[in-house]
Amino acid sequence: MNVSSSTEKPIFIQIAEQLEDKIFTGVFPEETQIPSMNEISAQLTVNPHTVLKGMNILTDEQIIYKKRGLGMFVSSGAVEKIRRKRQSRFYKQYVAALIEEAKKLKMTKEDIVLLIERGYRNESD
Amino acid sequence: MKAIEVKGVTKRYKDVLALDSVSFSFEFGKIYGLLGRNGAGKSTLINIIANRVFADKGEVFIDEIPAGENMAVHDKIFCMSETDLYDRDLKAAEHFKWTNRFYKDFDLDKALILSKKYGLDINKRFRALSKGYQSIFKLIIALSLPVPYIIFDEPVLGLDANHRELFYSLLLNEFESGERTFIIATHLIEEVSNIVEDVVLIDNGKIILKDSVENLLEKGYSVSGAASEVESYCAGRNVIGCDELGGLKIAYIMDEKAAPPKESNLEISALNLQKLFVKMTEKGALK
Repeated sequence: MNVSSSTEKPIFIQIAEQLEDKIFTGVFPEETQIPSMNEISAQLTVNPHTVLKGMNILTDEQIIYKKRGLGMFVSSGAVEKIRRKRQSRFYKQYVAALIEEAKKLKMTKEDIVLLIERGYRNESD
Repeated sequence: MKAIEVKGVTKRYKDVLALDSVSFSFEFGKIYGLLGRNGAGKSTLINIIANRVFADKGEVFIDEIPAGENMAVHDKIFCMSETDLYDRDLKAAEHFKWTNRFYKDFDLDKALILSKKYGLDINKRFRALSKGYQSIFKLIIALSLPVPYIIFDEPVLGLDANHRELFYSLLLNEFESGERTFIIATHLIEEVSNIVEDVVLIDNGKIILKDSVENLLEKGYSVSGAASEVESYCAGRNVIGCDELGGLKIAYIMDEKAAPPKESNLEISALNLQKLFVKMTEKGALK
């Protein structure tokens, strides 16, 4: 994990996103323990209250949960939950941004469709 | 109230007004950054809080106890100074022993465990330790005292990157939320920007800002573009500074973030803490 204070994104959001990504990619599998607030704080040299704030986002989304006396664990079904969340964000994050940039560059809808098709062809090569 | 409260503190050195009726407080259980330029009044403030210098006017209270000339606050506060007040010929282990005599609650076991963990050779004389390990040594003493308030005055001055990293991770490891308050006075703003929760900015003997880092980063931003566009965007906003590069103008703003008009080519970017403070204290330098 790695945080940067030169981006627009607050540190606690960066921490939440990175933990989420580690859960999504299976680095922290479901029903296993994730690093503690203090461990993450020391590792990233970030204030523990900031780390807690990031973890609270994931707790609120029920991606992680607290086992009393043990620490924070990944919820079962967390990966599916993250996948659904990201799918619902896909349009805004990628498609809308793509169209906006394409318009600036005076590219037509057909140009974009061709590029997308090319992208899928390359992947299957 | 559990806090260090500074009330109307004024300090004058001959014709220099070092602190001008300063009032604010450090709440318990947070890591604070005490920031300011050289000569802003940081060290004077620290020395008054730590009861090393007398204020001309005003008072400091620690957990509601008046701090001036009061032995009761001895168990409340410790200040790790930039200057070394330790006998350079004594071994680290002997310093631990003496500290143990002077502070009844000094945790000697903890000091020894931390020394081992961070590779401090306690059989070396203070003078024989590298600059980095002299600081680590002072930090270990500070952290082994179970006092609620610890002030670090320029704690990482002269340390290499590895030792600074070691210092910060040791500090954070020891910061168990709600049990301690750390106040770090430093010039290395960017290094501590993720560590401190709140900042107190002092300039020309006055507190000009006290806020959480999160708020500051949310409110501070820069807008750049054609000079005329930037100027019309800035109207009515709290502009703390400007830079110009040919026809390009960059304005630094501390205000609620507002998106530029759709047709404009203005670019909004985040402002780091260091830039923010440089801009806020630049005017003071001109006076």
